[in-house]
Amino acid sequence: MRKLTIPEEEYMLPGHTACLGCGAAIAMRYVLKALGKNTIISIPACCWAVIPGVYPRRTLKIPLLYTAFEVTGAAISGIREALNAMGKEDVNVVGFAGDGGTADIGIQALSGAVERGHNVFYIMYDNEAYMNTGIQRSGSTPMGAWTTTTPGGKKRMYKWEPKKDVAEIMVAHHIPYVATATIGYPEDLIAKIKRAKEINGPKFIQILSPCPTGWRHSPDKTVEISRLAVQTNIFPLYEVVNGTYRITVKPKNLKPIKEYLRLQGRFRHLTDEEIEMIQKHVDERWKELLKKERCSNEK
Amino acid sequence: MIILPEEPTPIAKVPSTENKTGGWRTFRPIIHYEKCIRCYICWKFCPEPAIEFDSPDAFPAPKPALAKFDTVKINYDYCKGCGICANECPVKAIEMVLEEMGGD
Ligand SMILES: Cc1ncc(C[n+]2csc(CCOP(=O)(O)OP(=O)(O)O)c2C)c(N)n1
Ligand code: SF4
Ligand code: SF4
Ligand code: SF4
Ligand SMILES: [Mg+2]
Repeated sequence: MRKLTIPEEEYMLPGHTACLGCGAAIAMRYVLKALGKNTIISIPACCWAVIPGVYPRRTLKIPLLYTAFEVTGAAISGIREALNAMGKEDVNVVGFAGDGGTADIGIQALSGAVERGHNVFYIMYDNEAYMNTGIQRSGSTPMGAWTTTTPGGKKRMYKWEPKKDVAEIMVAHHIPYVATATIGYPEDLIAKIKRAKEINGPKFIQILSPCPTGWRHSPDKTVEISRLAVQTNIFPLYEVVNGTYRITVKPKNLKPIKEYLRLQGRFRHLTDEEIEMIQKHVDERWKELLKKERCSNEK
Repeated sequence: MIILPEEPTPIAKVPSTENKTGGWRTFRPIIHYEKCIRCYICWKFCPEPAIEFDSPDAFPAPKPALAKFDTVKINYDYCKGCGICANECPVKAIEMVLEEMGGD
């Protein structure tokens, strides 16, 4: 006898080649647990394109179609409509792409796909940089982070621009389901995907997935850092169902952003003033989100 | 009814389980079963996944009330030694021990 809080069935095999402690591997494990066997996934160039291993290896128990870096949205649109034409309307069609492939190079294909209203899932696993090619800055890299293309130096050339808010870009498309999730809250993540499954139309879920290699943290801290992202409000967990916001986890004991930043080497250089600036940004974003939740629930 | 092929991908046929990633390990997680409360949190967070279930009596239980629950067991063929399980275990039942050179 065993009491589990997430589905037991596994659709991802061990022996894959993700770095030890990879948050993106955990994200895939949960997404497939929530979706089940009747699922087709399409993956563009990203870490997840190499995690399954080299030909002829596979690590997923479901069909996987690789696609080019910028076209995940187009690929899943085509797969969806082809399956529908074959009468296979009940197969889950999923795009599973990194933050670079979503926030930057793939955003037009994604925008087109969700605007056309295909019945698809788009999962953005967000490790906040182009990790597979060596930790380059993406639009989704957070303020203050070191990457190999924001290397710092005397002029402190870190990434000072705010993180691009892809979930809000999706909300602006007026699609039926948008959510944020992270691997430190598996029950919340799986519940969101299961709710999305009941909805016909485009569904977008952004999963914050810590990356020990690129974030420069110890691999045993992946889950702890993911939890801290929520407990410090830098990555709030919420969902937007037909335009109505609901924050799914409200931190009981809010922690200062410093506690999140200090575990990660990519933020090691930050001065107290810079941390204060990031804290201010986080506080403002949180207030904005609370306002959206309040306003969208007013009837 | 939708029937997907038994072989999920007709092209890439070889399961990744052929790849024994246990060789990557620097630290080996050791479960101290006399502390383990069988909460399955380690199983939940393992990124491989390399934590499996075993029968309730495969290992001694810390107290009789727990003896009816299944135990957890680490599959060292695949465990990469990330230490997430040890970090997340609520009762600190998992210890990370440096691997000996020339071990498996
Ligand atoms: C058109 C094109 N440009 C560049 C690349 C090289 N490339 C492969 S993966 C990758 C980074 C992907 O970053 P992201 O989408 O964030 O996924 P991650 O690697 O972080 O998982 C890049 C730049 C490519 N494959 N195709
Ligand atoms: S670089 Fe980061 S995201 Fe990519 S496999 Fe390694 S830990 Fe995972
Ligand atoms: S050390 Fe990491 S890979 Fe090994 S069992 Fe624990 S969580 Fe899994
Ligand atoms: S997390 Fe710790 S107490 Fe819970 S099952 Fe694993 S080893 Fe046992
Ligand atoms: Mg990335």
